[in-house]
Amino acid sequence: MAYNCVVLIKQVPDTKRITGEAMNEDGTVNRSALPAIFNPEDLNALELALQIKDKFGGRITAITMGLPAAGVILREALFRGADEAILVTDQRCAASDTLATSYILSCAVKKIDYDIVLCGRQAIDGDTAQVGPQLAEKLGIAQITYVEELVELKDKGITARRNIGAGWQKVRAKLPVLLTVTGEANEPRVAAAKKMMRYKNARTAVEVMQKTKLENEGADEADIKKLAEHKSSELEEKGLLIKQWNLDFIEADLQWCGRSGSPTKVHRIQSVVLSTKETKNIEPNEQGLSDMIHELIDDKVIA
Amino acid sequence: MANFYRDNEDIQFLFKHLDLSKLAELQEEGFNFAKDFDYAPADADEAIQNYEMVLDSLGQLSGDFIAPRAEDVDREGNTLNEDGTVTYAKGIAESMEKLAEADVMGFTLPYRFGGLNFPNLIYSMANEIVSRADASLMNIFGLQGIAETINAYASEEIKQQYLPDFAAGKVTGAMVLTEPDAGSDLQAVKLRAFQDEAGNWILHGVKRFITNGCGDVLLVLARSEPDRNGGLGLSLLVCDKGPTVHIRRLEDKLGIHGSPTCEIFFDNTPCQLIGERQRGLVTYVMSLMNGARVGIAAQSLGIAEAAFRVARDYAATRKQFGVAIEKLPAVRDMVIDMKIVIEASRALLYETCCVVDQYVSCEKRLELNPPTEKEQLKPLKEKTRRLNRLASMLTPMSKYYCSEMCNRVAYDSIQVLGGSGYMRDYASERHARDARITTIYEGTSQLQVVAAVRGVCSGTAEKFIAELAGKDYDPQLKELLEKLAEGMEQLKTAVAFVKENGNEYMDLYGRALVDIAIDLINGYLFCGQASDKQATPRKAEIAKRYVTRNAPKITALVELIKMGDKSTFTEYEAMAGPVPSE
Repeated sequence: MAYNCVVLIKQVPDTKRITGEAMNEDGTVNRSALPAIFNPEDLNALELALQIKDKFGGRITAITMGLPAAGVILREALFRGADEAILVTDQRCAASDTLATSYILSCAVKKIDYDIVLCGRQAIDGDTAQVGPQLAEKLGIAQITYVEELVELKDKGITARRNIGAGWQKVRAKLPVLLTVTGEANEPRVAAAKKMMRYKNARTAVEVMQKTKLENEGADEADIKKLAEHKSSELEEKGLLIKQWNLDFIEADLQWCGRSGSPTKVHRIQSVVLSTKETKNIEPNEQGLSDMIHELIDDKVIA
Repeated sequence: MANFYRDNEDIQFLFKHLDLSKLAELQEEGFNFAKDFDYAPADADEAIQNYEMVLDSLGQLSGDFIAPRAEDVDREGNTLNEDGTVTYAKGIAESMEKLAEADVMGFTLPYRFGGLNFPNLIYSMANEIVSRADASLMNIFGLQGIAETINAYASEEIKQQYLPDFAAGKVTGAMVLTEPDAGSDLQAVKLRAFQDEAGNWILHGVKRFITNGCGDVLLVLARSEPDRNGGLGLSLLVCDKGPTVHIRRLEDKLGIHGSPTCEIFFDNTPCQLIGERQRGLVTYVMSLMNGARVGIAAQSLGIAEAAFRVARDYAATRKQFGVAIEKLPAVRDMVIDMKIVIEASRALLYETCCVVDQYVSCEKRLELNPPTEKEQLKPLKEKTRRLNRLASMLTPMSKYYCSEMCNRVAYDSIQVLGGSGYMRDYASERHARDARITTIYEGTSQLQVVAAVRGVCSGTAEKFIAELAGKDYDPQLKELLEKLAEGMEQLKTAVAFVKENGNEYMDLYGRALVDIAIDLINGYLFCGQASDKQATPRKAEIAKRYVTRNAPKITALVELIKMGDKSTFTEYEAMAGPVPSE
């Protein structure tokens, strides 16, 4: 039988490429200084979904909640073989912690006919690993976390091997199920040329709007809106309009979204100072500094 | 995180410098494919966007996945198992899987078979990028000319049977041409092809030095006309690997260890005829070889680029006498020369590809959709003939120039690294070993010169160089252009002299003649690059150094040619001495 999969993906700052500009003075991440990438373990989740599709058939829907710029990773999901991509974006999502995020995502997932929900184990920006489990709770379905191997998928049952730190455990669950997938589970496939050629110009409505604004600077707002809508419908005809959902569409209760839905409080931010016993002379200039940082990255001291 | 397309400024510059929209228009035949294939481009801009995206993605795969495996592939090699099957080196098998996933195994095949329908130019860029990561993998990735030959000459049935699998990366192929007594001279091929009572074709005999001979689909050159000697007795046949195809031996080679070189015994293997009998060598293999030569030129570029980068990095970081060794004049000079010959080779190869692409599309149009009006048909035929002559000269020139260049660069890369370069700790020695085959297979340098020199002496080179000279250049390059014009006049006198002395003399000085022509062509191409508004000022510097430093070499070569020295013929035994006895 075929299984429909929903894969939840996230665009994250590439924390492996931390340089001098990466942190703000207040200790928060300067997102604009880091390249935004497809969260690595979400690629493993997508790969597992693709393997399920290759073997059993079914549809794969990739969903991300984020800013309009997250359209990039939705396209990357399409390039790798997702059948559909959805951007959940809404200014009222801002400042959501994991609880609010999982609530919003649960509202979105409920709109889709699914058998298996797949997430990466955790995102490399927050490293909480909470959204997957919280989402399963909110959907009221079974969850298998830290999946490193899909052992069996048969009828309405699934068996997976999960990493439990000092060893592994095989767990069986009934569908529908939510899996969080680790980097050890598989080697994500690369983008396929024909799919890139097909979907390279796929855009969300908000991306179309942004581009239209940019190209028609100073024009009347109403005209821009009309033009953007026209362009979006052209894309839709070609099957290149990426779905875009807001909180109203997914019927989310606003009090559980954004700041009001986020009980997390940051207690303290610690500024970590690295120290070393051996010494090495670094020229006190831009070049010396940059060389040192690259050396540290190469040595995987900072990553 | 490495991307072998993004980190290569010269490829990216040429991507913009060359007229890709014209190429895309030819390739897409009016952009009608978009109606039937959702991934086909609707206009030239979209086609170019496709080319770049795929190169970018392949650059990433090459940098991040293929290159880190190359050292292990080189050490591990391939294995001939007891049951006669061949196991690829682990890195090769993994990379091939990735390349299939990436949908790039049908680079130039038509859409209807699942291919990307990309021009040869883009395929050459891809081949260079992959070869830089692992030269030996190119011998599998770069064998797409096999599918291309099936597409060009086989029946629709055979195309349907094989091409979708090639494009999907499910099968790989081999060009099965060479035999123990038929290397450069393929007219001597003996392997027999005969028909059984039912008319089915069968192969019997031995082939040697077959790159990827363990592949799934084998294109075999065989003697189908037992009574007929020479090329006209040969046909091209296709067969699958199977119980009657025995891999008897894997060669133990100097380099490209990831590429399995097989000896094959065909023990009455069923096969199918490609196209018509007797055209195997004269038409099909000639075309196949031309594609393969362009491929080897690209492979050479990739190896050279990889070897150069090791040397460039080492020269900047290695300190001797208290300074980085790149401060020493001799090292400095070597590094610059390496870089310039790489860019010269790239200019020549890409120009060649543009000509080949134009030729292929003209030929396709003549075959499939010729103009009905006589006034249009005649010029199209004329243009096709002209492009064919030009491609037939530029292809061997590129193969010769790029492969010789790559050996020189790999050699100098070791030299820059000194003792370290000789050790296996650095990649330079692998690049030098991988480079060595490029001047040999798919036709030796000497044979490329034989093919190219005919173009140089028949007026093809002269016409092409005049065409290049007639283009618009930055007025600041006036002096260089004058030098090139002068060089052309010198070449003409050398050609005239050679013509008076006959074919044998032409072949004796073939290399000198071809070198001059290539230097002039590259000189103009560099001037063209320097005149491009998108070019950085370094291109003008490179053009200047290339043209001015080659001018005295051209003068010397012309003088040598015109000396009329025939001692090679008359004094061979005297000068070479006796054949060594035991």
